[in-house]
Amino acid sequence: MKLKTLAVAALSALALALPGTMAEATKVKGEVTNFDFSFQGLTGTYDRNQLQRGLQVYHEACASCHGLQYVAFRTLSDRNGPELPEDQMRAFADMYEIWDNELRDWRPATGPDHFPESQFEGAPDLSLMTKARAGFSGPYGLGINQLMKGIGGPEYVASFLQGYTGEEDFQAGSMFYENIAYGGWVSMAPVLFDDMIVYADGTPATKEQMALDVAAFLTWTAEPKLVERKRAGFVGVIFLSVLSVLLYLSNKQLWAPIKKAAKES
Amino acid sequence: MSGIPHDHYEPKTNAEKYIHRRLPIVGLIYDTIMIPTPKNLNWMWIWGIVLMFCLILQIVTGIVLAMHYTPHVDMAFASVEHIMRNVNGGHMMRYLHQNGAMLFFLAVYLHMFRGMYYGSYKAPREITWIIGMLIYLLMMATAFMGYVLPWGQMSFWGATVITGLFGAIPGIGDMLQTWLLGGPAVDNAALNRFFSLHYLLPFVILGLVIVHVWAFHTTGNNNPTGVEVRRGSKEEADKDTLPFWPYFVIKDLFALAVILALFWALVGFMPNFLGHTDNYIEANPLVTPPEIVPEWYFLPFYAILRAFTSDVWIVIAVNWLTFGIVDATFFGVLAMFGAIFVWALLPWLDTSSVRSGRYRPMFKWWFWLFIINFVVLTWAGAMPAEGIYTNIALIGTAYWFAYFLVIMPLLGVLEKPLPAPATIEEDFNETVKSKSGKGGPKDPSPEPIPAE
Repeated sequence: MKLKTLAVAALSALALALPGTMAEATKVKGEVTNFDFSFQGLTGTYDRNQLQRGLQVYHEACASCHGLQYVAFRTLSDRNGPELPEDQMRAFADMYEIWDNELRDWRPATGPDHFPESQFEGAPDLSLMTKARAGFSGPYGLGINQLMKGIGGPEYVASFLQGYTGEEDFQAGSMFYENIAYGGWVSMAPVLFDDMIVYADGTPATKEQMALDVAAFLTWTAEPKLVERKRAGFVGVIFLSVLSVLLYLSNKQLWAPIKKAAKES
Repeated sequence: MSGIPHDHYEPKTNAEKYIHRRLPIVGLIYDTIMIPTPKNLNWMWIWGIVLMFCLILQIVTGIVLAMHYTPHVDMAFASVEHIMRNVNGGHMMRYLHQNGAMLFFLAVYLHMFRGMYYGSYKAPREITWIIGMLIYLLMMATAFMGYVLPWGQMSFWGATVITGLFGAIPGIGDMLQTWLLGGPAVDNAALNRFFSLHYLLPFVILGLVIVHVWAFHTTGNNNPTGVEVRRGSKEEADKDTLPFWPYFVIKDLFALAVILALFWALVGFMPNFLGHTDNYIEANPLVTPPEIVPEWYFLPFYAILRAFTSDVWIVIAVNWLTFGIVDATFFGVLAMFGAIFVWALLPWLDTSSVRSGRYRPMFKWWFWLFIINFVVLTWAGAMPAEGIYTNIALIGTAYWFAYFLVIMPLLGVLEKPLPAPATIEEDFNETVKSKSGKGGPKDPSPEPIPAE
């Protein structure tokens, strides 16, 4: 029917136009490289080793300024996460000091505690950073590759960490650094340098490797249930597809005598 | 309930008779789901069931979310993260609720467009339409307040902008805005009352939905021909209709399952696709986001709101005529609410006596232009309010009002409608025949009978 086709056309126009326009509004103005991550696509999952390396980068390069206030240390041992063994997780938590309201004193963190908050105003909390940035929105901002690529938050973080041009500027009493991923001047100094850390698993610690690892880790901190969610997605879509087929056949059979009578009229 | 003659519930066993004499609830349910429904309803008539499902989904997921959510400015954002991380299944609950609102609006727009195309709002169904518009208004209020609850940047700044609209009303604006917010700015008082109302309004919507269903069960459903069901006798009515159960329940459930499969894919694989990234940053009254954009379903009205800048001649004229009381901002606010108001008045603005757009050759074009215009306004609403975009929004707004205030009244006079089939049965038989390829015209609209 004409109306149906037109309705479908209008709908698809809506579906195509909307995400594009939404993404347009939050688009990062700098240059973001489209890296491939293991957690992209319909079946993508986190790479446990990469998350553990990312945790190490966060611990050694980011934690002195940036917090992860929504992430509990115990979740480092969760399935589909970094999956640190429990004793390692506790030893790791022990390296952080947190404020205890009951003791009215600082004490070493334990499993149920959260990572500390950011150390100072200018450094945002990183827990949700990869969901709070849209790195790219596909060709013409249509957003049609989001199903496979996501909205580009991890790509933005990885590009940002490698995006320093080396240009510096002293303005109003503070230093600013030019960053092409941000597309302007930022107050954060470059923090990643080749071989600045030694990975526990022996992976060469190049700047790109570290940037990708910490971006992957921060994607996990932002969306710890990503793997469970995709699994629920598959189960639900398969269940509903089977249900659709059964209902289609029921409907066809139900209406068959009515339509037969109509044809014979 | 329906004016269409049909079988009514007859209690058979003693137990049924016992209950029926005291509380005829089984009879009420029987008559409701056995309502005679026009045979020829097409696939655009499935959105009602989808909407009913959405309302129940939102209420159920919402009640569970409310058990874990804390309506306080210092804790709201963290409590949402608590739901996403620690509550069993909480991440799915929240993503279902968040995307469920979008499915709700998609369905309501398609439901309304269907009503507009097939003239479902025309006598005797004006009250059904008006109640539907009230439901739509409440949905917008509920969705807006729900969006504030996670207390992200876009929640806070969206609330600031939208409540600021009330502040634009001359004279009482500031007082009204303060009263609405419970303070001079969006803060804890506002968050608390938004939470309270966000919990209340869905149940008001549920009540109105029952009235909406009651209203069209009294008049009977409209159908793609707009021809009324024959009501002379039960035999006649039976030729035009089938009982809602099981024929339309199964059909609607099939459609619902297909839509839910797509919806579930969205929730499972890209739940943040239609959301705004800024809402994953906690609200900060000291930092304004570079752009404040509402959720997609408000964008057409956001475009209308922002279309009227102080350099538009009609704004200048009105400003001068009202001695400066109506400025550009207030004009935009009036235009935005006016756009919804004229939509609600459609039953009285449309002068054509023919219901279905299928038999209105000129109307069809204007209608599809309205749909295209709606998409364009949605797009313009997401663009920055500058340069070419406000011009596009202004043209779109002009068409919006022209459609309701000029085109709809005039078309009824100017247009020469095509002949509609005499009965629903005739249309149904024709459609079935043409679909099965056994002769009959391909186009469901009947060909003009050759004059001989």
